[in-house]
Amino acid sequence: MLKYFLKRLIGIIPILFFVSIFIFLFVHMIPGDPARLVAGQDASLADVQAVQRELGLDKPLYTQYAEFVKNIVQGDFGLSLKTKRPVFDEIAARFMPTFWLTFWSMIWAVLFGLVVGVFSATKRNKWQDYLGMFGAVSGISLPSFWLGLMLIQLFAVNLGWLPTGGMDSWKSYILPSITLGAGVAAVIARFSRSSLMEVMKEDYIRTGRAKGLKENKVVWGHALKNSMIPVVTMAGLQFGFLLGGSIVIETVFSWPGLGRLLIDSVSFRDYPVIQAEMLLFALEFILINLFVDLLYGVLNPQIRYE
Amino acid sequence: MAEKILEIKNLQTHFTSDSGVVKAVDGVTITVNKGETVGVVGESGCGKSVTSLSVMRLLKDTPGKIVGGTIEFEGKNLEAISEKEMRLIRGNEIAMIFQEPMTSLNPVYKIGRQIAEAVQLHLKYDKRQAREHAINMLKLVGIPRAEEIVDEFPYQLSGGMRQRVMIAMAMACKPKLLIADEPTTALDVTIQAQILDLMRKLSKEGDTAIMLITHDLGVVAEMCDRVVVMYAGKVVEEADVFTIFENPKHPYTEGLLYSVPKLGQKVDRLDSIPGNVPTPSNMPEGCKFAPRCPKVMDICRQQDPDLLLIDKEHTCRCWLYQNSEVLEV
Repeated sequence: MLKYFLKRLIGIIPILFFVSIFIFLFVHMIPGDPARLVAGQDASLADVQAVQRELGLDKPLYTQYAEFVKNIVQGDFGLSLKTKRPVFDEIAARFMPTFWLTFWSMIWAVLFGLVVGVFSATKRNKWQDYLGMFGAVSGISLPSFWLGLMLIQLFAVNLGWLPTGGMDSWKSYILPSITLGAGVAAVIARFSRSSLMEVMKEDYIRTGRAKGLKENKVVWGHALKNSMIPVVTMAGLQFGFLLGGSIVIETVFSWPGLGRLLIDSVSFRDYPVIQAEMLLFALEFILINLFVDLLYGVLNPQIRYE
Repeated sequence: MAEKILEIKNLQTHFTSDSGVVKAVDGVTITVNKGETVGVVGESGCGKSVTSLSVMRLLKDTPGKIVGGTIEFEGKNLEAISEKEMRLIRGNEIAMIFQEPMTSLNPVYKIGRQIAEAVQLHLKYDKRQAREHAINMLKLVGIPRAEEIVDEFPYQLSGGMRQRVMIAMAMACKPKLLIADEPTTALDVTIQAQILDLMRKLSKEGDTAIMLITHDLGVVAEMCDRVVVMYAGKVVEEADVFTIFENPKHPYTEGLLYSVPKLGQKVDRLDSIPGNVPTPSNMPEGCKFAPRCPKVMDICRQQDPDLLLIDKEHTCRCWLYQNSEVLEV
């Protein structure tokens, strides 16, 4: 198990290497000249070229790429073209707010989604099921900007219980994490419902009942663990997506997260920041996938890692 | 007169589907006495499994519903008691083993835990005692290395071993009645004999009655004291095992017996009963077996015969024996 884990960790290096090539090429394919943006709209051609030389943008692409990789290996992600501060610091400052917001959103969304899914599956075609699935469809279909604004209107403006935005205390997390998690909870509810319904048809469920177990014990004790693999897969993917930051939610709630940083850096053609962010997203997905794979082994003993 | 442990009277279990009502079990009466092994025989779809699930009240999650008749276990009407009382009987006084050992154990839990679960529930053992008991049960059903197997997962065992585990689980609380639904069908022949031996040994030791559901007459001859033959949701013949094999009365039972190949007999083709079990949507009028019956008469196609007592403890549902004393109408 440990050997497998270390092997997977080492395996990350070549993946990141290939990802870095794609990221580098794609970023440089974005139309628009960062040197022009840095120098200003009415700068002369000579000034723009001077900026290009300064940023190393006049060199051939492969040289630029080699330098990019060399610097990263040394832990140097360069300076932001826009703020002139180290890219690492820029991203680090934005990463933790996004991480914690995502983390709390996922926690409540998975727990809540799971409970709704289980109730819907066990009360199939009864009002609990209809209510649960109505909620799930709503959670998927309500646009998050609308949901966020409605929550702000109700809980921040009308009732005055929670802040409208910013990141000052634990209270600031409540509304954005509900908004962010609604879609995830809905997806988890639907996945766990259908997966659990499949599992409930299995022979060993009948065995559990024939033993004299309570229905609750059969569902939560015997069926749930067996139905978790698709749910864990989905939750992992969602976690990865959300870690990229959400532009809409960060805008609505004035949240200092990665989503807005990405938008700002793309519109400014801030190559070093875009590249570092993309690499970070790739790394997050790889790590989450690894974690999900390890969870499979916990859920199903037949999955063994050699 | 032997003491009755299970008495199914005129049981009717119907399945409702979009295309109408299917009478899976249509007035079945079966009695199992204490310590006795009763075979319930018939082709697939004749209602034998549904009968056993009705006894256990395990029709939940199926469209099936008991619509008539009574099921009495030690004089207690199982249809009238609460779900809570029923849970105290399931796995404790009536245990069940199923046809598919490969899928009847939960793949994500260890063998020991799955056996111990019922023991903790019914015998109120603590965790350590239940584990000890699980190991003892595994030894009892002839599983080698019981102390290690108890911590293994189902996928690490073969089909025969898993069925032994199922038996260990079923017998762990010393049930008074074991319902075995095709317990050897999914196993290969050498393993079948071992499993049957084991069931016979355990039932004798624990004075456990067995209701053995099977389509295999070899298993019946090996195991049973009495045999109930079912066809299309009804009992068509019932007698002790010797009578059934030596002196079958119902043409369907005769057909079943002819279909068993005999040692030393040289034939090009094995006998079989022509035709198929009627589908629920296409039930014939009159006797359900009439379309396949070699001795069919005009009346068979018009009216369903009653189950008649034709000899001492020998009943048959056939127009050929209509002069016999009437058992029920």
